[in-house]
Amino acid sequence: MSDATAQPPKAVEGALGFIDERLGSTTFFKRNVKKVFPDHWSFMLGEIALYSFIILLLTGTFLTLWFKPSMVEVVYDGSYTKLNGVQMSEAYASTLHITFDVRGGLLMRQIHHWAAILFMASILAHMLRVFFTGAYRKPRELNWLIGIGMFTLGMLEGLFGYSLPDDLLSGTGLRITQGVAESIPLVGTYIYMFLFGGEFPGTEIIPRLYMLHILLIPGLILGMVTAHMMIMWHQKHTAMPTQKQTEEQVYGYPFYPVFMAKTGAYFLFTFGVLALMGAFVQINPIWLFGPYDPGAISAGSQPDWYMGVLEGALRIMPNWEVTAWGHTVSFNVLIPALVPLGILFGGAAAWPFVEAWVTGDRRLHHVNTRPRNAPVRTATGMAAVTFYGLLWLAGANDVIADKFHLSLFATTWFFRVAIFVGTFLAFVITKRICLGLQRKDADTISHGVESGVILMSPDGRYSERHEPARAEESTVILSKENARPEAPSRDANGIPAPDTKGPLGHLRSRLARAWTFDDIPIEPHDGGHGHDEVEAGKEPKQLSH
Amino acid sequence: MSDDNKETAGSAEPREGGTPGRVIGTPSPARDKALLAEEEYPAPAGAGEQLDEASAKRAERIVAAFFLLAFAGSVAFIAYYIGWSGRDGGMHGVTRARESNFWLGGMMALSFLALAAGVTIWVRRLMTSKPIVQERHELAADAETRAAFAADFVQGAEDSGITKRPLLRRTLLLAAAPLGLAPLVLLRDLGPLPEKRLRHTFWGEAVKKAQAEGKKGVRLVVDGTNKPLRVADFSSPGGMITVLPEGLEEDVPEEQALTQTAKAVTILINIPEDEFKPAKGRENWHVNGIVAYSKICTHVGCPAALYEQTTHHILCPCHQSTFDATDAAKVVFGPAARPLPQLPLAVEDGYLVATSDYHEPIGPSFWERG
Repeated sequence: MSDATAQPPKAVEGALGFIDERLGSTTFFKRNVKKVFPDHWSFMLGEIALYSFIILLLTGTFLTLWFKPSMVEVVYDGSYTKLNGVQMSEAYASTLHITFDVRGGLLMRQIHHWAAILFMASILAHMLRVFFTGAYRKPRELNWLIGIGMFTLGMLEGLFGYSLPDDLLSGTGLRITQGVAESIPLVGTYIYMFLFGGEFPGTEIIPRLYMLHILLIPGLILGMVTAHMMIMWHQKHTAMPTQKQTEEQVYGYPFYPVFMAKTGAYFLFTFGVLALMGAFVQINPIWLFGPYDPGAISAGSQPDWYMGVLEGALRIMPNWEVTAWGHTVSFNVLIPALVPLGILFGGAAAWPFVEAWVTGDRRLHHVNTRPRNAPVRTATGMAAVTFYGLLWLAGANDVIADKFHLSLFATTWFFRVAIFVGTFLAFVITKRICLGLQRKDADTISHGVESGVILMSPDGRYSERHEPARAEESTVILSKENARPEAPSRDANGIPAPDTKGPLGHLRSRLARAWTFDDIPIEPHDGGHGHDEVEAGKEPKQLSH
Repeated sequence: MSDDNKETAGSAEPREGGTPGRVIGTPSPARDKALLAEEEYPAPAGAGEQLDEASAKRAERIVAAFFLLAFAGSVAFIAYYIGWSGRDGGMHGVTRARESNFWLGGMMALSFLALAAGVTIWVRRLMTSKPIVQERHELAADAETRAAFAADFVQGAEDSGITKRPLLRRTLLLAAAPLGLAPLVLLRDLGPLPEKRLRHTFWGEAVKKAQAEGKKGVRLVVDGTNKPLRVADFSSPGGMITVLPEGLEEDVPEEQALTQTAKAVTILINIPEDEFKPAKGRENWHVNGIVAYSKICTHVGCPAALYEQTTHHILCPCHQSTFDATDAAKVVFGPAARPLPQLPLAVEDGYLVATSDYHEPIGPSFWERG
């Protein structure tokens, strides 16, 4: 295949030569043309995010050609006859125009909206993959932080985007945004006035959000995507532990032609599925909501899913407000707006560094951890997922109450309790499951795999023969790093170890103990000890399997 | 595993030489394929180097069929757009928008998905690349390079003189500091200062204007129709409507109309007099149980638009703050901390009028509210 004398066709050779003579690019191409991309289904989640972003740029550019970011009031007279004669903003009228008069306009609007939803969902799924497999560890902390930044910006980008059509639902979202901004102590009213150019809704907010939505934020995200990709390319992929994926090497198909073709197909799949949804699954039918009217609202108003967590937090917060010395602090708005996402995003951003500090692990990691082998991390992740998920569900408590015929207030109380209890239970249960899986792994290594073969010994006892796990399976299981024996906090001379001194040192050693104290050590099989026992029928309970 | 008990009844062949034969009544080894599969590391998706030419030919034809389908999809997309979507003066209205959406979207999806499927089959069945191994390289530079760079860095700083000329350094920092603030100053004109804006609504202006004309207060007009409201028109208990001050439509510049509405919008509720508990100091703010509250929720400003006749609860659909209409809109449940502000009502010539502005700021709380 790789014939050293093979020449690319003239046209390609010419173009390559042209660039090479000016940029010296061939060195770069040579080094990267066969760059290895390890295979794992979960590595595609980030790709979906990337491709959704590209689709957002494409469809969004199309929409800007007709959208008018203006709050000037006009009287509608157009193809959607039900709203003829109704006063509305130019933004809303132009969105109706895109929907009903521009061919492909509705399709692009719907693909754009679905792509935004998919963008955020795939980022979240990708982040969960990275978290649960420990792929954020050194040297990849920077990409982890960039990812959190992109998700945060994506929330703003989405909020601003669905606010642009100036329909009743989006105006309600803006109203809530305004109410939250106003509640900020000291500067809230100033932020409110400066953001809206006066009192709500005014005439400035849509043009301003438009600028942020189509220029500033996508520009920032594009920059971060580029940095994310370049860092990933430079550092190479992580890989799940197998025989051929190690800290020293990476195994997989070359970028050109295999990965290139696969990822190209994946882009087309993403675009195809989004086109399918844009064509057949209605989203945000703004013509049914009507133009924004600050005195009107419809029941069951819901934001897009990624804002649901904030919505839920606002709903279940008790009505705490303090007025003292002529000033008002609305904890009922501030706490839900800042605390849950502050904990989740702040915690996620700090996590790689906290983990390294607690475990004292400053090594580079290219091979991922199986979630069961880091029970505290996995349990914390599941606790965060539960916390987020419950707040998210709470954002639809009226819909839940309606569909399941429950008392609305009861659903609120349920979530008020569940976000604490559920989060705690998720931690405990996940940790137990991880340790159980570790025990099973330890058993597989020390004891072997059930072969399904029943043996009868000469004295008539039956036992099932166990076989050692296959090499690949053992490699995967033995990828677990056993807890290192705890360093004594004082050495022989009674001198405390350097990192255990002071309150921080105490905290660190306590956390380090919590990280590993119930670890199940898994050692390589030492010659079939347990295996012999079974064959000799010393463990008759095995028969029950 | 050195001593497999060959002599035991029903035993399988020794382990060496492959998978043991299955004994009847035991689970099929196939079930545990992940653990008992052949020793070799399973290759990821994709073919090996050797292709069976017959099956490759078949695969090629399948891929080509998908590519042709994609071609057909794109052509149909263009053909529909040019040839059909523009008939009878182009796409206008719901029916044609839906039709065009289905056709354009459907063809687009077909084209992308067929292309994607074709490429995927091509990769999996026709590409002969083999998986390869690449070394991971140390990311950090070696100590020597680091030291050399550090030396260069220090040398450069020394050469520039910035380390030994403090006056230069300090004045440079001084010069840079206000430069960073300048863009923030530029943002001042984004909006007006809050001043007292949040403390009054259009009701105040309208009442002042009406009282200057010798009237008792400003009439309430029904949102939507802008008709003044007679007490007699709103006499049945249990009713709830949205009202605005008269003159908001005419006296306010058009671009201010929504902003003023957003503050002045008010709900009017007719509560049976025997259930109504007027708050202290507001005994004459209602008219036979007809009472007016700000419609803007005191939580984050959604319109508190739902009214339950049987319980007299006002509910905000956004975050479910619930207020008791019979009891000065006291908070019954939910995240709102304060009652909805109440508007003083009276009757003049049979019409409902408001006799003053709200006595407190309407809407969400803010720092300066007090």
